[in-house]
Amino acid sequence: MSTATINNNFKSEEYFINMGPQHPATHGVLRLLLTIDGEIIKKVEPDLGYIHRSIEKMCEKDSYQQIVHLTDRMDYLSSHINNEAVCLCVENALQLEIPERVKVIRTILDELTRISSHCLWWGVMGMDVGALTTYFYGFRDREMINDIFEETCGARLTMNYNIPGGLMQDIHPNFVKRVKEFIAHFKTKIPEYNRLLTGNVIFQKRTIGVGLLTKEDAISYGASGPVGRASGYSCDVRKHHPYSALDRVDFKEALATEGDSFARYRVRIQEMWESISIIEQLIDNIPEGDFKVPTNAVIKLPKGEYYQKVETARGELGVYIISTGTKNPYRVKFRSPGLSNLSLLNHIAVGGKIGDLVATMATIDIVVPDIDR
Amino acid sequence: MSYLSDIYNGIKTLLTGMSVTGKYFLNSRKGAITQQYPDNRDTLKMFERFRGEVVMPHDENNEHSCTGCQKCELACPNGSIEIIWDRVIDENTGKKKKIIDQHIYHFGMCTQCGLCVDACPSDAIKWAQNFENSVYDRTQLTRVLNQPGSKVRAGVEE
Amino acid sequence: MNTLININNLFLSIIPAEITGLPKMAMIALIYLGIFAVLGLYLVLLERKVAAWFQLRLGPNRVGYHGLLQTMADALKLVSKELTGTVKADKFLYNLAPYFVIITSLMALGIFPFTQKLQAYDLNIGLFFLIAISSIGVIGILLGGWSSNNKFSLIGAMRSGVQTISYELSVGLSLLTMVLLTQSLQLSEIVEVQKNGWLIVQGHIPAIIAFMVFMIAGTAETNRAPFDMVEAESELGAGFHTEYSGMKFAYFFLAEFINMFIIAAIATTVFFGGWLSPFGVTESIPWLGVFWFLAKTFILVFLMMWFRWTFPRLRVDQLLTLEWKYLLPINLVNIVIMAVIVWLNLSIQF
Repeated sequence: MSTATINNNFKSEEYFINMGPQHPATHGVLRLLLTIDGEIIKKVEPDLGYIHRSIEKMCEKDSYQQIVHLTDRMDYLSSHINNEAVCLCVENALQLEIPERVKVIRTILDELTRISSHCLWWGVMGMDVGALTTYFYGFRDREMINDIFEETCGARLTMNYNIPGGLMQDIHPNFVKRVKEFIAHFKTKIPEYNRLLTGNVIFQKRTIGVGLLTKEDAISYGASGPVGRASGYSCDVRKHHPYSALDRVDFKEALATEGDSFARYRVRIQEMWESISIIEQLIDNIPEGDFKVPTNAVIKLPKGEYYQKVETARGELGVYIISTGTKNPYRVKFRSPGLSNLSLLNHIAVGGKIGDLVATMATIDIVVPDIDR
Repeated sequence: MSYLSDIYNGIKTLLTGMSVTGKYFLNSRKGAITQQYPDNRDTLKMFERFRGEVVMPHDENNEHSCTGCQKCELACPNGSIEIIWDRVIDENTGKKKKIIDQHIYHFGMCTQCGLCVDACPSDAIKWAQNFENSVYDRTQLTRVLNQPGSKVRAGVEE
Repeated sequence: MNTLININNLFLSIIPAEITGLPKMAMIALIYLGIFAVLGLYLVLLERKVAAWFQLRLGPNRVGYHGLLQTMADALKLVSKELTGTVKADKFLYNLAPYFVIITSLMALGIFPFTQKLQAYDLNIGLFFLIAISSIGVIGILLGGWSSNNKFSLIGAMRSGVQTISYELSVGLSLLTMVLLTQSLQLSEIVEVQKNGWLIVQGHIPAIIAFMVFMIAGTAETNRAPFDMVEAESELGAGFHTEYSGMKFAYFFLAEFINMFIIAAIATTVFFGGWLSPFGVTESIPWLGVFWFLAKTFILVFLMMWFRWTFPRLRVDQLLTLEWKYLLPINLVNIVIMAVIVWLNLSIQF
């Protein structure tokens, strides 16, 4: 490939460009330091920290109820799942018995969040490879989920609906009806997504064989979520360590073996179908009961270390709390899926073109506040 | 031969994609999802649980039900609620009683997490659905929730 | 309507005679400039509206009736904006580049026969001139990208060079296929030939293939999606015109839309009979031909917009693969087929 030796008068030089922090393809304030040779990428170096808000440090001064709302602001596209992770961790530490109703509602909302996140991802994925119209179709469907959230939880993005011990309010009377409406609507839309983008020859050419990640590399880089599963690494926390009501539902773990961008794309489309199936199994039999169990106004966790992992739309989110028995945690650590998935980027984007980098980054589905926290 | 079938399949998938967008183009009149926001103010109604801003409802006698217990102040993660309180002697019982002087709400710091409303034992504060909160000066975002001259509704303490 | 007839009369009185006076030429130039500036603006509006309808939106609807004056307001804003640029830019080339782009696209418009008589200059090598002039535009893009001293711009400009040089071939060859049938490069004669039926009908299979190749290559030549390597918003920010602002940016922007119109107008003239209408309506009432011509052109423009708002972008190497491995061989085979058809008189004549 080296053209440097062809003619000394025309030496080919490596070329350094800053992609971001203000760049349409980096989905926020991520900065990529690219070294390129013509169009070919030699090195990708992500530079983080542009949206670092020290959430983990802020948690140390907050009570356990207050931590929950900070996690909304990490991976804002799966905020409900983040909330749940903290709540589960605290509940496990307190050994609270959570009502079945809460578990089922939490799981339904989790899966709705996942669909909403994947809808947005699908729209943006299309936009990153140049098909601008997908964005609006994705957002149209996401809007219905946002309305469901707004009606039940009170907010569209930063729901903060979970509290340690249950839910903040009971579900809205319209909830079940609206979710069913959405499911019926969305089932007709995924085939349309496939017709518009998945089958498109240009899209396939852009993604098949691009950004190859082997199973071994996926494991050694700590990839999780659809990125890991597209490489054949079975890492769905919902399957391996079921939480909430996931132990009673029947769903398949979306897996692919190719490990390229198109495999990651297909895994996410497949996950949307699986989420629909989970919601359908649960929506008709939400058990009656309380929506929360009473906790002390000031929660004090017993001295010790607690860890809980959940599957967000992006992968495995771990919450690690060290408590010294006071009302504030001694240390909180979030294991965010975005950071480990981003660390793959240099490994899988090198050797591709600039266009490949954008497509690969879109399939990794980064959310920058999740990476920086 | 795969060369020709590649071309055929390519054109076919492209036309399939065009049929999807074409269908939406033809139905664009009724399918538009745009909300023309400032124009639809009259019909735009937020859901009743929507967390817009914290308000303290007063009844017709200018009475609220805030006892000044400060649970909301404690529950707030970012210090947006500040309660200035006082002790007065209750005329009926003769005991000392805590009343609020000012229930100050720093809306500029509020993250709309809902913990204060959840923590309030007497439902003195609740969420209002107003979402048009832009002001020219951020000092206007600091609000005193209890109205001047208001007092606590009788019987709330019990 | 009155003014239109006046303009029409003006052209009718001028065109058949040799253009002698400089004032007359200047006047024609000014009228063309005015008409096409407005045309460009309304193409932008059309694009925005069409995009909105594809995307379930409403599109511009605030300025004027249903947003009809939106692009006028935008143009006014662009004119009044400050012209910025990078400090280390090559100032002379940086300022020159937009003019290259806009002038070449305006020059190309001069030779289209809008009706039998309404044609600024009937060049006898018209088609050749069009192909030639549209390749000059890329120099402006190259200069703009190179001189603005921005790395993203440079990548965009280099992509543009690669792309336009490759796709020139397909544009030229697909038109050459049709020239075999018309036996003339003069646009007015190409239209005359089609009185026996549109060339796409006359030439049947090879003509349809040539039309498809021309539309693909033409879209690529105007740097529009799915071939917008040059701008590639999600890859390069804004590509070659990242550093341009105000009116200079507007030149690039307008040129893109006028180029789209040119590609559609060439296709109309060469494949769909130009201003000719069925039953000879436009021959008896010549000024109707303008509308007939524009109607056909705008349908093709709409087709290009449809492409843009449906397809993902190709990668730069796939762009070249498409040209050199698919379009070019198809084109070469197509020319031979067309030659055989012309030789054996297999074309369909009405």
